[in-house]
Amino acid sequence: MSRTPLDTVEHAAATPDVELPWAELGLKKDEYERVVEILGRRPTGAELAMYSVMWSEHCSYKSSKVHLRQFGEKAPESDALLVGIGENAGVVDVGQGYAVTFKVESHNHPSYVEPYQGAATGVGGIVRDIIAMGARPVAVVDPLRFGAADHPDTKRVLPGVVAGIGGYGNCLGLPNIGGEVVFDACYQGNPLVNAGAIGVMRHEDIHLAKASGAGNKVILYGARTGGDGIGGASILASETFDDAKPSKRPAVQVGDPFQEKLLIECTLEAFQEKLVVGIQDLGAAGLSCATSELASNGSGGMRVTLDDVPLRDSTLSPEEILMSESQERMCAVVEPAKVDRFLEICAKWDVIATVIGEVTDGDRLEIYWHGGKIVDVDPRTVAHEGPVYERPYARPSWQDELQADDANKLPRPATAEELRDQVLRLVASPNQASKKWITSQYDHFVQGNTVLAQPEDSGMIRIDEETGLGVAIATDGNGRYAKLDPYTGAQLALAEAYRNVATTGARPLAISDCLNFGSPEDPAVMWQFAEAVRGLADGCRQLGTPVTGGNVSLYNQTGEVAIHPTPVVAVLGVIDDVARRTPVAFQEEGQLLYLLGDTREEFGGSAWSQVIHDHLGGLPPAVDLERERLLAEILISASRDGMIDSAHDLSDGGLIQAVVESALLGGKGARLVVPDGLDAFTFLFSESAGRALVAVPRSEEVRFNDMCGARGLPATRIGVVDADAVELQGEFTLPLTHLTQAHESTIPTLLT
Amino acid sequence: MTARIGVVTFPGSLDDQDTRRAIRLAGAEPVALWHKDKDLKQVDAVVLPGGFSYGDYLRAGAISRFSPVMETVIEQARAGLPVLGICNGFQVLTEAHLLPGAMLGNDHLHFICRDQKLRVENTETAWTGDYRPGQEISIPLKNMDGRYVADAYTLDRLEAEGRVVFRYLVRGETADGYGNPNGSLRDIAGITNEAGNVVGLMPHPEHAVEPLIGTGRTDGLPFFTSILKKLVNA
Repeated sequence: MSRTPLDTVEHAAATPDVELPWAELGLKKDEYERVVEILGRRPTGAELAMYSVMWSEHCSYKSSKVHLRQFGEKAPESDALLVGIGENAGVVDVGQGYAVTFKVESHNHPSYVEPYQGAATGVGGIVRDIIAMGARPVAVVDPLRFGAADHPDTKRVLPGVVAGIGGYGNCLGLPNIGGEVVFDACYQGNPLVNAGAIGVMRHEDIHLAKASGAGNKVILYGARTGGDGIGGASILASETFDDAKPSKRPAVQVGDPFQEKLLIECTLEAFQEKLVVGIQDLGAAGLSCATSELASNGSGGMRVTLDDVPLRDSTLSPEEILMSESQERMCAVVEPAKVDRFLEICAKWDVIATVIGEVTDGDRLEIYWHGGKIVDVDPRTVAHEGPVYERPYARPSWQDELQADDANKLPRPATAEELRDQVLRLVASPNQASKKWITSQYDHFVQGNTVLAQPEDSGMIRIDEETGLGVAIATDGNGRYAKLDPYTGAQLALAEAYRNVATTGARPLAISDCLNFGSPEDPAVMWQFAEAVRGLADGCRQLGTPVTGGNVSLYNQTGEVAIHPTPVVAVLGVIDDVARRTPVAFQEEGQLLYLLGDTREEFGGSAWSQVIHDHLGGLPPAVDLERERLLAEILISASRDGMIDSAHDLSDGGLIQAVVESALLGGKGARLVVPDGLDAFTFLFSESAGRALVAVPRSEEVRFNDMCGARGLPATRIGVVDADAVELQGEFTLPLTHLTQAHESTIPTLLT
Repeated sequence: MTARIGVVTFPGSLDDQDTRRAIRLAGAEPVALWHKDKDLKQVDAVVLPGGFSYGDYLRAGAISRFSPVMETVIEQARAGLPVLGICNGFQVLTEAHLLPGAMLGNDHLHFICRDQKLRVENTETAWTGDYRPGQEISIPLKNMDGRYVADAYTLDRLEAEGRVVFRYLVRGETADGYGNPNGSLRDIAGITNEAGNVVGLMPHPEHAVEPLIGTGRTDGLPFFTSILKKLVNA
């Protein structure tokens, strides 16, 4: 077996006519020509590997960038933002010297191919982003979307995804405190596995991904580099350099949560001793990304000796090493005097750590292999100056027809019996049913700071034991709403997550998002994306919650059929004292139930229209962000001043869904009366936004009413917390045992 | 003068900091112990915390059992040092043969996290003196490999000698934390050795010590006050 000569920079310059498999690596012809233009010669195989992977949609955001700029341009004034978009994750000031970093990412495609490892490594990746900011991870959340609940493939994908999230996250010792599980046929071939994480640090501990200070050492630590997730690089290796190599490699990376746990502990110990100048995790695009981003964000260049990278498989080619997405690896930049101590800490935790290069004076990223220089590039051209596309977009031809198909005209229940039956069908439907079967596979308790976890409106973590300072996070998205109107749909996702944070008593501060869409090459999808981003950016400006970062996942489609546009929004909030938090569960019989906000006939995209009529059409509920802000203020004040004992946001499923959830969680019923001006059906099922259900102790009623009255928030008394049934006076009574059966048996029955 | 209670950190331990907090809240002094260090720093008692030590690779607790720190723990436990193993710690104790039996994967093959009802069967051990005999408590359970098994002879003997310390509370439906959550034989959730100084259980008392946090109950706190009283009064 003979090898062709090493494709060094020199060799590339001398052999301009060698054909490289740029198309197989996913580059377009003009993109390849741009690489040649940047370098002034053809790229080496290693350089091509780096450009191709860093200029991919996933790493470069080339289709979405022009739209995402709005998040910066329309960003509201915020004192809270310490680090904004562009770093591994945004950082928010939560007071008392604490900073919180959080982010949501997608791992959609791998999770369809290999549900367990796809979902597991999704958790691993987002957690490393959090550590890379200098923070200790304190919680994870998982917004998930699957195909139809009764589709056979859902039974393959969902249990694997859930086991993967649990298997990885539980082993890291991170409480899983929130997220969503949604079923819809549109996600059949494209499940959405989004993963979010929160980390906490002191302000002075914020770290950034940059390599500065010539002479500083670049240390690769964590797992050895193997052949997993190298996809395209194998093509390069097999076709150009070594035809005899086995080319079958796992497409999806394999996670080792134990290794990641060690990585967390040793990284945090190194931070504590102030040993780290800059740091970057190795995720998508592996070393290509870490080295080019560190160098690109720093003041100088970088020289790396690839021979020093510890390998799992000694036959890997340099291109494969550069592209490998082996999990549980990080790259740190450390001053020479501190290298020994850094390596000592890694040894204490049995983590392999190797100096693979150093920061240089120049502005080039140079990578060596067997003594030859195989990469010599300006790192900015790899990491930040990739192609940017103004993809054409156009309102889909079917949008008007969809919106004209008004859900408000669907047949409504005519009798009390029908109304009762539809309530039961709603709360038992897969989307509205209890997700306990899923969430009980996640550890909620570890770290001993979990104040609230799902099915509460937001997850809440105490971050200071002395003062009770805490943070809350909620993630929401509604693809049905967004399909009807992507601009409004994105704002509804924002409004719901914002409201969910406020419902628990926390003040919303900032957001992260995960934007899941179909192919950007379809102008209709691109329009959905553009509208959603515009809606979100406008909404964030109005609510005063900046976007701190996030993730775009495109190409979620099978053939011509795209998923519903699904912007998922995570809102982070702060609460001064977690003892003031408000839970969802009814606490005490006799407390007064108030409905806050206005209820209108709004059924477009509603759970009712889906469950009862299998219908999607019309317009989503109207958004009034000023009202959301007022509602949030009232909920936060009422929590702080002890005026309410439970609160629940109203969203999909409407009032009755909220009442049933609060009742079942508290083991107490409710007696409801239809308020003046509303019919029973609209009262129960409308999905008007900007509303919440609260339980007010009788002693607080006057004070609570005065507050709502003074601030102009409609508050309607709709009933009382009762014994053991949910009753709508004059219509029907549903015993809690009956509701429990309906609400809790659906998911286990479908999945076991 | 208070008691010093050591908490071992193995690579992959997760509930070590939580256990130290519970010890502190009970009024004792927590002492961090490191798996590579044989020195127990003259603590009065030791807790082996929950987690996935060594990733639970090979078998839960199988590798940790050979850690340097365990040499001393095993030696001193045999001499009477109070030792509590929680979840993964319980698994380590069975692997170390300080407690009989073994833990298999949950019978439903899923990780399970829930607030679990238990009955206290033995209040004579070093760790359960502050409970009432027969008391029903509720503390979080969270594990993958929680199914306690032993041969019939061992089980009979454990029962005859009153060494079953906790049982899962089985009462009709399995909802709301009732029922055997993992297929453990004879509903055993926790056991002790003959001397009563070594106790292991699957549920996590350290996660039920503060009214605001987790399940909002404090049913786990007596573990830590029990040992403190015993040590201080000794």
